[in-house]
Amino acid sequence: MDRKKVTIDGNEAAAYVAYNTNEVIAIYPITPSSNMAEWCDAWSAVGKKNIWGIVPQVTEMQSEGGASGAVHGALQSGALTTTFTASQGLLLMIPNMYKIAGELTPTVFHVSARSIAAQALSIFGDHSDVMAVRQTGFALLSSGSVQEVMDFALIAQAATLESRIPFLHFFDGFRTSHEVMKIEQLTVEDMKTMIDDKLVIEHRKRALSPDHPFIRGTAQNPDVYFQGRETVNPFYAACPAIVQKQMDKFAKLTGRQYHLFDYVGAPDAERVIILMGSGTQAVEETVEYLVAKGEKIGAIKVRLYRPFSIDHFINALPKTTKSIAVLDRTKEPGSAGEPLYQDVINAISEKYMNGELGFAYPRIVGGRYGLSSKEFTPAMIKAVFDNLASDKPKNHFTVGIIDDVTNSSLDFDPNFSVEAPETFRGKFYGLGADGTVGANKNSIKIIGEGTDYYAQGYFVYDSKKSGSVTVSHLRFGPKPIKSTYLINKANFIACHQQVFLEKMDMLEDAIEGATFLLNTKVPKEQVWDSLPEKVQEDLINKKMKLYVIDAYKVAQETGMGVRINTIMQTCFFAISNIFPKEQAIGLIKDSIKKTYGAKGDKIVQMNFDAVDKTLDNLFEVNVPNKITSKAQLQPPVTPNAPDFVKEVLGKIIAGKGDLIPVSKMPVDGTYPSASARWEKRNIALEVPVWDPETCIQCNKCVMVCPHATIRAKVYDEKYLEGAPETFKSTKFKAKDYGEGLLYTIQVAVEDCTGCGLCVDVCPAKNKKETKLKAINMAEQLPLREKERANWDFFLNIPDLDRRKVAVSKVKDSQFLEPLFEFSGACAGCGETPYVKLVSQLFGDRAIIANATGCSSIYGGNLPTTPWSVNKEGRGPAWSNSLFEDNAEFGLGFRLAINKHQQQATDLLKKYSNEIGDELANAILSADQKDEAGIYEQRERVELLKKKVNELINAGANGKASELNHLLSVADYLVKKSVWIIGGDGWAYDIGYGGLDHVIATGANVNLLVLDTEVYSNTGGQSSKATPRGAVAKFAAAGKPAGKKDLGLMAMTYGNVYVARVAMGANDQHTLRAFLEAEAYEGPSLIIAYSHCIAHGINMSTAMNNQKAAVDSGYWPLYRYNPELAKEGKNPFKLDSKGLKIPLKDYAYMETRYKMLTKSHPDLAAKLIQEAQEDVIKRWKEYERLASWDPQKETVQ
Amino acid sequence: MDLSTNYLGLKLKSPIIPSAGPLSEKISNIREMEDAGAGAVVLYSLFEEQIEHEQIELDYHTSVHAESYAEATSYFPEPFEFKTGPDEYLEHIRKAKEAVNIPIIASLNGKSLGGWTEYAKLIEKAGADALELNIYLLPTDVERSGNFIEQMYIDILKAVRSSVKIPIAVKMHPFFTSTSYMANQFAKAGANGLVLFNRFYQPDINLEKLEVEPNVLLSTPIEMRLPLRWIAILYGKVQADLAATSGVYTAEDVIKLTMAGAKATQMLAALLKFGIGHIADVLSGVKTWMEEHEYESLSMMRGSMSYMNVDNPSKFERANYMKVLHSYK
Repeated sequence: MDRKKVTIDGNEAAAYVAYNTNEVIAIYPITPSSNMAEWCDAWSAVGKKNIWGIVPQVTEMQSEGGASGAVHGALQSGALTTTFTASQGLLLMIPNMYKIAGELTPTVFHVSARSIAAQALSIFGDHSDVMAVRQTGFALLSSGSVQEVMDFALIAQAATLESRIPFLHFFDGFRTSHEVMKIEQLTVEDMKTMIDDKLVIEHRKRALSPDHPFIRGTAQNPDVYFQGRETVNPFYAACPAIVQKQMDKFAKLTGRQYHLFDYVGAPDAERVIILMGSGTQAVEETVEYLVAKGEKIGAIKVRLYRPFSIDHFINALPKTTKSIAVLDRTKEPGSAGEPLYQDVINAISEKYMNGELGFAYPRIVGGRYGLSSKEFTPAMIKAVFDNLASDKPKNHFTVGIIDDVTNSSLDFDPNFSVEAPETFRGKFYGLGADGTVGANKNSIKIIGEGTDYYAQGYFVYDSKKSGSVTVSHLRFGPKPIKSTYLINKANFIACHQQVFLEKMDMLEDAIEGATFLLNTKVPKEQVWDSLPEKVQEDLINKKMKLYVIDAYKVAQETGMGVRINTIMQTCFFAISNIFPKEQAIGLIKDSIKKTYGAKGDKIVQMNFDAVDKTLDNLFEVNVPNKITSKAQLQPPVTPNAPDFVKEVLGKIIAGKGDLIPVSKMPVDGTYPSASARWEKRNIALEVPVWDPETCIQCNKCVMVCPHATIRAKVYDEKYLEGAPETFKSTKFKAKDYGEGLLYTIQVAVEDCTGCGLCVDVCPAKNKKETKLKAINMAEQLPLREKERANWDFFLNIPDLDRRKVAVSKVKDSQFLEPLFEFSGACAGCGETPYVKLVSQLFGDRAIIANATGCSSIYGGNLPTTPWSVNKEGRGPAWSNSLFEDNAEFGLGFRLAINKHQQQATDLLKKYSNEIGDELANAILSADQKDEAGIYEQRERVELLKKKVNELINAGANGKASELNHLLSVADYLVKKSVWIIGGDGWAYDIGYGGLDHVIATGANVNLLVLDTEVYSNTGGQSSKATPRGAVAKFAAAGKPAGKKDLGLMAMTYGNVYVARVAMGANDQHTLRAFLEAEAYEGPSLIIAYSHCIAHGINMSTAMNNQKAAVDSGYWPLYRYNPELAKEGKNPFKLDSKGLKIPLKDYAYMETRYKMLTKSHPDLAAKLIQEAQEDVIKRWKEYERLASWDPQKETVQ
Repeated sequence: MDLSTNYLGLKLKSPIIPSAGPLSEKISNIREMEDAGAGAVVLYSLFEEQIEHEQIELDYHTSVHAESYAEATSYFPEPFEFKTGPDEYLEHIRKAKEAVNIPIIASLNGKSLGGWTEYAKLIEKAGADALELNIYLLPTDVERSGNFIEQMYIDILKAVRSSVKIPIAVKMHPFFTSTSYMANQFAKAGANGLVLFNRFYQPDINLEKLEVEPNVLLSTPIEMRLPLRWIAILYGKVQADLAATSGVYTAEDVIKLTMAGAKATQMLAALLKFGIGHIADVLSGVKTWMEEHEYESLSMMRGSMSYMNVDNPSKFERANYMKVLHSYK
């Protein structure tokens, strides 16, 4: 049968089979598996049918725990059911996995395997998660390539139905889940042939039904539980043969023959590697290369890891095997070896002991590789074979890193390569925003589907959300591609943004004769001189060809704006000559139609125009034989950065993190604060420039700046001494801090993202030219040097004394130093202004629990951290535990602090005499309600510590132990502020149970919900905070249900401070709420409207969206303060005037709502009407609450 | 009493046509218009900029942040079929045609030669009985001559004319150097009718915000004088039907404009102010006046007070201005 060839990624391949062969799908987003759920949801939304003609029911749950529960229930009720997950999500499913397996229930979970958070979170791929469920009773089937993902998804589905053993089908996160490959797509007929309807019906017959009732899920006692557990043995014993039977059946159908353990290599191999997952591809490629050179080596690709069939395994091993290296993509600290290694030892030992091995007991070593998608290359694989060839092979080794602590690592030659010369290998450097990755995905599809070539695309993204750099790795050619690693011998390199050349050694990976395509604004005659020295050197030495285009110009002329993707794609096809010119243009245009057709003719035409104009602007530049440039690569961090920042974080920034040895890494995941300030990213093309003449000194620009790159200071004139020439200042208009003071607004132009929020909120206009404000955008480059000096000078001007700052006013609060700066959040982020405000108001005494999500990524993703310290060395202490437990994690902070405080108080009372009653009493009775009180308490505690130290030094008369304890907890006598921060996915969904419990405890913690109304970090999936009528992933046809009123629910406790704020609507209200929340000696919940790129809005004017949300009544501003109730007043204050504009006037400012009017107009009209009714109803309810007068209330 | 008229080759039961505006966004309003006696309906305008802007906006916001970050390679669900461009409008034409028996005149608003003229074809295919072409071109470029601009108008009209067979009316503005010449040129280029006049919304300045704010002001009865004059002047001189719009409020206005030569009188401000039922009131007023003054049909009075038929046509000319000023003395 001639099957369709498709160029898709692993997630789509898995989802394709899962969707077609299931009836119920319970989902929850988690990287890198989310796309599988997204595909299924999207297919279900458009009514796509499965192989039985049924549209599967796709339901999003509140957590993976919830998803697995729903799966269990649906399975028990007879539906073919599946789910997708990874990492922590899989861990949350473990309890149900035991149940599902214990009840012999057929299902397949598809897992894009990912690291588990240990010393740090990682979204990337390894087998830590799947290895953590190998004991649940699930069968574990491993795919190593995109084709295998599709094939094994079906084989697993067939095998689970026959064996009744539930299957976990896994493949490597990112490397396989996100790798785009040309594969053969299975047909509906294939799936129908593989899935036996009789078995489906048998599954249904086992379902719970009142029509033939029974009970399942009993509790058992010591007498029978054990026996009950052993009943399943025959099923597990039969399972391997069933899988092989299905693999054989599949082979007859498709010609692709798989085995439980597939051996590749020399028939007489002496050295054998055993592994599973995507690494099998690179190993096979390397083995083929080395065997051709006469090496006696081979490899076993483990497919069915559980149940582990010893017989099948031993049969797969060549009888000539003398040594074996078992590679595990996981780490099990403290074990006798990683799991696969132990299984292999076990299998061979058993066979040996039984005398059934058939050959001499081989030497077996185990090693770890590829954790968190660490590169696994032929060079490393060769090192593993070389290790086996040595007299004393290293055991429990690592490969791919430099372990200079326990010396576990194997050395490898990074220049060793097995890449086929006929394979095209291209690297494309782009900006996220310029569409490079999308265009390359299209290119791979064009090549994959338009030629007989094999094709592969893999994409590396930045961990920053603003100004992010992407690198696309494209391979294609006549030979099958098994290179499951990044390209490091490229014959084509494209640089889509010339600025990258200042920062990256881009041509390092180019081979001799390679082609370099550069997008540049520099005229072609002057291009050569504009290149850095290293680039010129590589171009000459490697005899490279150079092509240039001004893609910006073409984009501008064709209305494409910043999207240069189509233009660069056309250049690529033009240069690479894969197709004749006319055919290439035709194929690109076909692809444009497919990609953009749904978005309208105008978009298609714009892209067509861009294609047509490109070739006239593409030029080859002769490479001279002389280096003319002196320009060097910019250092990754500033020269005055601390050593750790230079040696570790700087290397990561420079893309050399793979070379950092183990000894340089912190042992327990602890990193210094305030490192973002050393990374000058220079990503903004335009930055704000202050006009002191026009400025009214309101500090609103400082307040909204998401990256803390605009700062204000008030200072004495004497500090101007030595100021750079271009440093600006003006008279401070207010007299609050004394006479004759100066005022400066300074921009950190090298840290600014250029979002423009500051300009938008600036209320002052230039009287002569009203298009100008007190702050205006200007090109960054001409300003860079001068403003760098100005910024450094500005930082050395002292801040106002916190004790004197009138923090309750917006303007004054913005003189407080932000202790959250230069994060990697999106340009114009709606969350970070709130986070920054916390850091300004309470940062020097704050301890922060941060739920996993956007805020934990921009707050804690290496290389640098935005959480900062003040001049006294104080600042927010920050940590991320998990997604689901953040409220509890933060509560733990409070419990510990209280305990420390209590201990310090007790000891202080006990040693009051020795310390001095006056000091002790002053500390114990201190009023710490304001900055002055806290300052004084700090002074007292310093004195206390000094005295305690003196006592200890003086001998302490046997009291040293207790005094040392007092010393260790004395700082807790100063007020600490506990903040629990996270997004709506945490607060409304996965962490809601914990949040609810924590506020119910009455503990003094502050919960800040950064409500973007979707799971922003994973790509905009619907949460219970998503409003009715908005489109989100998992709500493609608009969310049908209304948003949960989390605030109202919290208010029902009566003792929780609750505020709903929107900085863009009322910054003063936001400030007041934050201050009140922190001052309240109980739980406080602030729900903060956070605009987001997932709303599809103009981020530079996003504060207007916040205002419109409030004006429409959709987002009422309020504060519920239990303190008022204690005073006999109504605790609820409605602080905004709502219903000023219709809901649609707000909603249709945003693509998330508007797109529904274009996709489902009638439904959109219905939902917006219902949403408007929601708004009115809730508004009336709030008005009723606000109008309650307790004084007039009488008790009946 | 015959209130019927023949406009753009369409037989209308009355001369009153609700002009392009928000009322026709609802099918129920269009039904109400028919019930109140409207001869035809001009639908709200399909704007060239709106179509293109909407597409660009949707494409931009759904794609600009995609493929930038490993955890979120997109932010909106795919696949998605957007009904952008004229789809919604075309559907509206279809629904309007199904809902009423009176002619439906579509309105296309644009400013350049380009893909949008293609929308005219689609409008025709969707069943519109005629097309009102509203060319909205504010000549801000100091280097471009009046001739150049005028030629653009003609070129756009010709492009649309060549793409459809249904009648076309050009909604003119009164700012050409020679309104008469341009009217004639439009007729020669294939316009079946001329709608006099288009009102450009005038911007205002918000003194507190120091911002320019478009300020929609409804036309006032006095504005009817401008089309009145030009219809009277053009009647019988150009080979196109004349329709009046701007400031048409009362039965008297309709009668005056018909006497000046209008085949149809368009209303919007009055309907927004008094409701759609106002059409019936005006028609009733026209009937009463005609009865009282013994006119049997509108055609009897059409053009009777036009430039060519009045005893002193100069009253429509500049001399008139002198006399008006004089009257204030």
